[in-house]
Amino acid sequence: MARERRLMNSLIYVLLLAGSIVMLGPLAWTLSTSLKTQQHVFDVPPQWIPKPSTWSNYTDVWSKAPLLHGFLNSAIVVVAVLSVGLFVASMAAYSFAKFHFPFKEGIFLALLGTMMIPYSVVMIPQYIGFSELGWVDTLLPLIVPGLFGNIVTIFFFRQFMQGSIPNDLIDAAKIDGCGYFRTFATVALPIAKPAIAAQAALGFMGIWNDFMGPLIYLHTPERQTIQVLIASMQSNYISTSNYPSLMAASLIALVPVIIVFFMAQRYFIESLAISGIKG
Amino acid sequence: MTGYRRKEMLWSLLFVTPPVLGFLIFGLAPLISSLGLSFMSWDMMSPAKFIGLDNFGKLAQDEKFYKSMYNTFYLLLGIPLGMIAAMALALMMNRPLKGVSLFRTIYYIPVISPIIAVSLLWQWLLNYDYGIINEFIWKIFGVQGPNWLGDPNWVKPSFLLMGLWGGVGGTMVLYLAGLQGISSSYYEAAEVDGAKRWHQFRFITLPLLSPIHFFVVVMGVIGTFQSFSQMYILAADGGPEYSGATIVYYIFQEAFKYFNMGFASSVAWVLGVIIFILTLIQFRFSKRWVYQD
Repeated sequence: MARERRLMNSLIYVLLLAGSIVMLGPLAWTLSTSLKTQQHVFDVPPQWIPKPSTWSNYTDVWSKAPLLHGFLNSAIVVVAVLSVGLFVASMAAYSFAKFHFPFKEGIFLALLGTMMIPYSVVMIPQYIGFSELGWVDTLLPLIVPGLFGNIVTIFFFRQFMQGSIPNDLIDAAKIDGCGYFRTFATVALPIAKPAIAAQAALGFMGIWNDFMGPLIYLHTPERQTIQVLIASMQSNYISTSNYPSLMAASLIALVPVIIVFFMAQRYFIESLAISGIKG
Repeated sequence: MTGYRRKEMLWSLLFVTPPVLGFLIFGLAPLISSLGLSFMSWDMMSPAKFIGLDNFGKLAQDEKFYKSMYNTFYLLLGIPLGMIAAMALALMMNRPLKGVSLFRTIYYIPVISPIIAVSLLWQWLLNYDYGIINEFIWKIFGVQGPNWLGDPNWVKPSFLLMGLWGGVGGTMVLYLAGLQGISSSYYEAAEVDGAKRWHQFRFITLPLLSPIHFFVVVMGVIGTFQSFSQMYILAADGGPEYSGATIVYYIFQEAFKYFNMGFASSVAWVLGVIIFILTLIQFRFSKRWVYQD
């Protein structure tokens, strides 16, 4: 029995290892390609360890495309949307989780209903509206809608607050003469910290990796987010078959996300546990 | 009602005001205008014209509409493929093995990677002449691999392949959470009854994971019907014979390339209604097969 188990475990190790190679292989190949010179990229058979190897593709794409602008623009959208949006969402969630007010259920359901509306249905009128305001080719259309709080985040915070903020604590704060806003800010918000961190991690990924919205609104290269710049690499900055530079560009877009992921990995896993989709 | 209560209620309402405003301005208003637009012809330059149902008549005769619709439905195949692979991985990882968390991280990396970077990377992997995938096919089978992104028959399988690589880790994590929620007492009881491993899987694990299956299918359908970015990168102008265009790609082109705002809105509404109906059907049927405790 123990022998059989050990054999089974070894077999599973081998399978998982093979799978890991399949998962990491493309990334390794990207890295390898990005370090090659254009003359050697089409060598047959392909070389995994590039000889000669060079960093010039990275400096090359960095100087040809305004990637620093791209990073800054993406960062501006992320910081603005997350700082205001998460705060606003936690306020609404607090109210939904802990208080009674007229039409509470109706309002919540209406908000949940927005999840059913595909972006492609609202994007055209939104575009028309923002272009009337003269906001096309600015970051505002990407920031402003995010400041009002995202319903998925509100839902998530509400679930968390219902379970982890005792009513007694709120009542105690009230008796001590703590006002509504102060109770929220000093009692509820600190308790909700893990949920906020989890949503910040998820939100960062979502906003940083977003493509369609930025693609529609941003036209001047210096005003584009990193994803739009990378996507227009082949048509605007390097030749179509310059794969070393192209791979260097994709890695430049990929690395910040991977770093954040490793720093915040705990919160990703937690967010799954909190959202309760475990069934 | 006491003054205090009243004040508290007003504060509560104040706190939910921003998302309600957001819903009205960026959700409901565009939704209604989009419906209005779908009965109009407008290029954002000349004045809009009311044309009744003409947009819908036009799209019913547009070959690109049917093709992009077919392509989108085809890509739904990725959902069962991903579920099977993810479940197999989750079952393997749901054991007390050393280093499992490292494996979990490795499989999850593509999930968090930006789809644009991932698409560019796959464009290179799938290159007909020099791609590493065709190189492997040549080495192992001794035949020339397909022209993945250049052959109308292979564009969609390419998307499925890339989607599997990029998405399996996310689904796997959901299944892992589901598996960890199943009490071991079920298996102990089955063991006593002499149930074989396969039967334990078939009659305990599979049905008890049904809330996860349901979640994955619902989100998968919605996600597939909104897929766009990978098509934008890998199938320029819809790919060969428009074989790589999804419905959202079609809407995007009509709206932001040709500025047929009215027509694009009508297609978007058709898409919205399809998603709505499919989701409704899934919730209806869920009562029959999703296990609730």
